Amino acid sequence: MTTSELLPLVIRWDLLALEPPGWGMVLLRGLQQSIMIAFGAYFVGLLLGLGGALGKLYGGPIVRSVLEGYTTIVRAVPELILILILYYAGTQLLSQIMQSYGYGRFDINGLAAGIGVLGFVQGAYSTEVLRGAIQAIPVGQLEAARAYGMPSVLRIRRVVLPAMMPFAIPGLANLWLIVTKDTALLAVVGIAPSELSLATRQAAGFTKQYLLFFLAAFFLYLFISLFSNWFFRVLERYFRRGQAKLS
Amino acid sequence: MKSFVKSLAAAAVALSLGAGAAVAEDVVKFGVAAEPYAPFSSQDASGKWVGWEMDLMDMVCTQAAIKCELVPTAWDGIIPALTAKKIDVIWSSMSITAERKKTIDFTNMYYNSGAVLISTKNGDADISPDHLAGKTIGVQVSTIHEKYVQKYFSAKSTVKTYQTQDEANNDLAAGRLDYVMADSLALDAFLASDQGKACCELKGLVPEDKEVLGDGVGGGIRQDDAALKDKLNAAVAALAASGKLIELNAKYGLAGKIIVP
Amino acid sequence: MAGAGSVSNLSIGAITQGTTDDLMKIIKIFAVVVVVVGVPAAFFMRWDWLNPSFQEATGAYPVYGLKLFYGVGWTVFLLLSSCCLGFMLAIPIGLVQVTGPGWLAAIARGFCTVIRGTPLLIQLWLMYYGLGSLFPSIPWIRESVFWPILREAWPYALLAFTLSFAGYEGEIMRGAFAGVPKGELEAARAFGMSPFTALRRVWLPRAIHQALPTLSGEVVLQLKSTPLAATVTIFDVFSVGTKVRQDLLIIYEPLLFIALVYVTLTAIVVLAFRYLENLVPGKRA
Repeated sequence: MTTSELLPLVIRWDLLALEPPGWGMVLLRGLQQSIMIAFGAYFVGLLLGLGGALGKLYGGPIVRSVLEGYTTIVRAVPELILILILYYAGTQLLSQIMQSYGYGRFDINGLAAGIGVLGFVQGAYSTEVLRGAIQAIPVGQLEAARAYGMPSVLRIRRVVLPAMMPFAIPGLANLWLIVTKDTALLAVVGIAPSELSLATRQAAGFTKQYLLFFLAAFFLYLFISLFSNWFFRVLERYFRRGQAKLS
Repeated sequence: MKSFVKSLAAAAVALSLGAGAAVAEDVVKFGVAAEPYAPFSSQDASGKWVGWEMDLMDMVCTQAAIKCELVPTAWDGIIPALTAKKIDVIWSSMSITAERKKTIDFTNMYYNSGAVLISTKNGDADISPDHLAGKTIGVQVSTIHEKYVQKYFSAKSTVKTYQTQDEANNDLAAGRLDYVMADSLALDAFLASDQGKACCELKGLVPEDKEVLGDGVGGGIRQDDAALKDKLNAAVAALAASGKLIELNAKYGLAGKIIVP
Repeated sequence: MAGAGSVSNLSIGAITQGTTDDLMKIIKIFAVVVVVVGVPAAFFMRWDWLNPSFQEATGAYPVYGLKLFYGVGWTVFLLLSSCCLGFMLAIPIGLVQVTGPGWLAAIARGFCTVIRGTPLLIQLWLMYYGLGSLFPSIPWIRESVFWPILREAWPYALLAFTLSFAGYEGEIMRGAFAGVPKGELEAARAFGMSPFTALRRVWLPRAIHQALPTLSGEVVLQLKSTPLAATVTIFDVFSVGTKVRQDLLIIYEPLLFIALVYVTLTAIVVLAFRYLENLVPGKRA
């Protein structure tokens, strides 16, 4: 076989070097971007989810129907399409609002757009997870808190949230894994320019070493997920302290 | 509790304001396709955008004395980005066609080049639609080449579209395609690369069709932005008159293959 | 499936009632969405491209109506084949983690962890670009009879989707196999059934039935992942929507229509699984 035929079989490790012309630093920066977007979207999703769960459980019929529609539609439509619609509609809406306030042109940077869009999608899933977790709290604890005369916000802060955590942790762990993998979808839409998947595709396209770079991205994502699994195991042990062991 | 809610609200407002930025009106945003398109625009490992078109952009901005900012945008969303005012100019080898002129306006042409077909090395130079019957042709989506192939070749051959020209070239090298049609300069750059030299050869220029292939490449502008259009036209004309464009061609080895004003 | 051949008249009523309830819920949400989003959209947005005889001025251009139809065909093909093949793979993966030799269980567990820990997009690109650039450089593959298939894009997408489904379902089937009451398996063995017969007649059907609600959700998730195939040149319905978006420079109309298509497919999948669940009479909550 000639050298050109052997080309893809030779592993060019130097391309992963941290200094240019190695693409290692680009990939690591992409990893950092992905994690930042994932964090942002996760917490935005949790906030929306908490509001959604409380609304679904304690809200009036209109609030409940709106939230039901929100969760059903977000869970039925593919994320890719949701991300596209939310990105275009969201940025258009925001720039129109800003322009009506006289701010001139208003640009959202890729990071914020990615966080906003993914956070909105995560909110629907979080709503279901948190709602299930709150419903699993023994009712006696909530009744006791009400009997003590705790105002609702204090009750939420002192009783509902801590009691809900052990039930919510598996679902929350799952949500975190989902959001870290959904950041890859931003690469398809082209929103966050330096996100890991997009950076990998650029590097692979530039150097033609597809197997090398996609395997590198593969292992970087695997590293995130293994680390997250370990972290959530520790977290679950912390929140279940003092309770009877499961098995 | 109240102060907690207040501080949360304040943080949310600060975050949303910090996330966006009210941009100063005098920076002109040049939208470039985020996907590499050698020799006109590509990104190297240090993140810098290089290429013939990138150099031209710098020269035009210096000539017209405007502040320019490069905004990589996905190719398939680049026209909506222009009309939504996310960018002010499309500077990404976009051909001037009547179809596109319905939505956006263009500066005068700043380069023109032919459209060619390339294929595997087999010495066969016949590129008539009958000869290509049953073969697979790859093109980049949303380009004049895609429209050309759809018009002349789709009746007898299979057409595969790709988001980037790079992907089409790769599939040709991988044997998934039989032919690729694209701009002659972009394919020249591909054929000069290791991968291109090993796999493929030039088949020839396709017959001209001005209606589909357009009138050369220009900068895309919003239809109501005449001031910017005049500035850019004047700058390009001045560069052409001073011979700087010929120097640029020589720098990238495109002399004789590219038509400039 | 146990009892499927002897469904009483009462159960038929229960089956149809169960599915009718879900149908009513879905129809209610549909109606609200249609009124809130659909009516203004129909009036203010551009829908002429849905007309099957739509053609562009430059003549002989693609007819989108037909392409959308084929696109849905691709989506359904990828969904059904990856789910079937993936599920067939998931059964041994789940089973071996409950019974089998330790080293095999460890491999299965590792497979599930790796698949669930990486994005499907990266797995897909790894198959298509990575393997795809490797194969042509091996001459005997290029000459072989498999080349016309390996040349296409869909085998790689199918492989990636199948492995992904198998990874997630393997985990679920593990839980399902472990969750079947031990008494039933012991009874089967007491009857003199060989391990394979006990698997075929008792363990597997019970595990599948227990897993059905979760499986329904997983198939819906798989359906929502199929648009990723558009990134590797498969012309599914999302790809057609993107093409309409780029050709006609309209943003929301194709996306809303594609979203509607997916919601419809989701509803069909959910209803089909509810019907399957209701086939086996069980305690209703």
